[in-house]
Amino acid sequence: MPDTPSWKSDAPGRSQASSHRSPQGEGTRASALLSHRLTWPLVTLALLLLVNVVANQRFLHIEWRDGHLYGSLIDILNRAAPLILVSLGMTLVIAMRGIDISVGAVVAISAAVAAWMIGGSVDGATTRLPLGVAITGALAVAMLCGLWNGALVAGIGMQPIIATLILMVAGRGIAQLITDGQIITIYYQPYFFIGGGYLLGLPFSLFVWVGVLALLAGLLYKTPLGVFVQAVGVNPAAARVAGIRARQLTTAAYVFCGFCAGVAGLLISSNVKSADGNNAGQLMELDAILAVTLGGTSLLGGRFSLLGTLIGALIIQTLTYAIYSLGVPPEINLVVKAAVVFVVMLLQSPEFRAQVWALARRPSVPGGAA
Amino acid sequence: MSVAPNTLGRLDLRFLPLAATIGLFLLMGLAGSLSYTGFFSAQVFLNLLIDNAFLLIVAVGMSFVILSGGIDLSVGSVVALSTMVLATLIEHHGWSPLPAIGVVLVMGVSFGAFMGFLIERFRLQPFIVTLAGMFLARGLCYLISIDSISIANEAYSTLAYWRLELAEGASISLGALIAIACLALALFAAHGSTFGRTVYAIGGSEHSAILMGLPVRRTLVGVYAVSGLCAALGGVVFTFYTLSGYGLHAVGMELDAIAAVVIGGTLLTGGVGYVFGTLFGVLTLGLIQTLITFDGTLSSWWTRIVVGLLLFLFCLLQRLMVRRPGAGSH
Repeated sequence: MPDTPSWKSDAPGRSQASSHRSPQGEGTRASALLSHRLTWPLVTLALLLLVNVVANQRFLHIEWRDGHLYGSLIDILNRAAPLILVSLGMTLVIAMRGIDISVGAVVAISAAVAAWMIGGSVDGATTRLPLGVAITGALAVAMLCGLWNGALVAGIGMQPIIATLILMVAGRGIAQLITDGQIITIYYQPYFFIGGGYLLGLPFSLFVWVGVLALLAGLLYKTPLGVFVQAVGVNPAAARVAGIRARQLTTAAYVFCGFCAGVAGLLISSNVKSADGNNAGQLMELDAILAVTLGGTSLLGGRFSLLGTLIGALIIQTLTYAIYSLGVPPEINLVVKAAVVFVVMLLQSPEFRAQVWALARRPSVPGGAA
Repeated sequence: MSVAPNTLGRLDLRFLPLAATIGLFLLMGLAGSLSYTGFFSAQVFLNLLIDNAFLLIVAVGMSFVILSGGIDLSVGSVVALSTMVLATLIEHHGWSPLPAIGVVLVMGVSFGAFMGFLIERFRLQPFIVTLAGMFLARGLCYLISIDSISIANEAYSTLAYWRLELAEGASISLGALIAIACLALALFAAHGSTFGRTVYAIGGSEHSAILMGLPVRRTLVGVYAVSGLCAALGGVVFTFYTLSGYGLHAVGMELDAIAAVVIGGTLLTGGVGYVFGTLFGVLTLGLIQTLITFDGTLSSWWTRIVVGLLLFLFCLLQRLMVRRPGAGSH
């Protein structure tokens, strides 16, 4: 994990710099920084797990039944799969100073394409196109969506939020165009394996997200690509001057984000055995951005943590699980989520920490007139 | 149109998006009038205002936020929360409409000001803060009730069904009148008050605005308070339109509002644009819907696709016009 650039931590105009970027680089060693940054997300996750254990004694219980592993923890890892995938793609985009708010729409498009291509008869024996073609087709369309976003951002130079807003608005229309405004039901049995099947006793979706995470981690941490991404995120112009092909890299990030959303669309449509152009992946972009933020990736670009994003996504899924298992009405879900965002946001703000710190110290100032 | 032709004659580039929007609106209106019988009438035009009154009010508030360089994702949820609070106060607690409306407006202002305070005081990202506000407001709706509450109060429905006869067979609703008043007030605030000038200055460069001694902190909080107020007022007008409160009202309205502001020629980077353009942004969105309804063969989802296409064209136009490298933060 690369460190915060040194000019930030010891520059004279530090208060100036801190208003734009959090100076968390007090610990200079990269490993110290990593542990520091992941501490809060991990504590949050641990607390949520604890709440679950208190609410339900059998929460940590995992058992082997019918050749599969069963248990709440497995369930969380399984259900979090679409969110983890989308969040991983989002992390890469955000690390390069972008944002992709069209992922929810791309999830819907991918699900719609897959469902339409599978189509077929009600008895589930035949498909309109072979399964492989349907999956490849859906992923290709999703990557095309990413390419469109990337072209707008890196090619034309639009602001990321507005460039992806276009697809966010139009995307649901396109998805409904594909499904003809209906909810397409899928009857073809083999397709259900993607989102509901088991491999080696574990949910197949688990292997999907672990695979994508491993691929991304390998690319970013084992090749120079990670440093390039970081460089573009910290300063695109400087990165370009330094010889990094920033435009191609940015475009690739959006394509990858589209790919992730496409896979998530496959998982979701396979799991619910249908594709709903209007509601599939609804609010997914916001959950993904939330997961990335919870994981400690700065929305200002440059600093990212794949592990943090994974933890962030798991926090959201565990929170949902806790709310259900506590027997609280699910309506409260949103309010709790909002409260969590507010708290995490404030904890991440250097200004907030400084003010709380000042407040805590004030009484001990000798002869404090203030 | 009130855009002075001599400024257009001098080809002031800042007016180009606004002129393009107005031109497009007129062109679409002309095409509709030529294609469909009964399209060219005062009532069809007035219906644009009546059917989109709440969107206009919300978009006006959003214009200030975007002009200041921020964004407010919470407006749709605040609209829903307003309808919900109104409905429950009137129906379940027996309030009369006016105090209930007052409470809702105060709630909207406080909600916006709270988010503005967080954004200003702790230098948080508007995107994330208003996203949390969006979750919070939507969640509060469901805490009140997960079902739709219809408003049967007699005085309230009288207000909702009240129409001002403008001419033979052309009338306008109370909601549309409120929207127009709101727009007029916003035009004055944007171009004739310290608040408006400060908003433009912050959007241009917050740092310069501070150095110029402008009341930046107050204005930043104010901008979100205004947006919250507009969203709450939009919610009130929304209940005139639907006579109900529901947690699923106005889902995605923040997108429509942002689209209207952008199509109206305001740059999302802040500092450039006109509140007046937002009116035409909203009217253009409404006209697309009307055209698709009149056509009858196109399905409703074409609206979204066309709006997306329009957004793309306008962003492209703005991008080609205003080359501002380095202004890429959201």
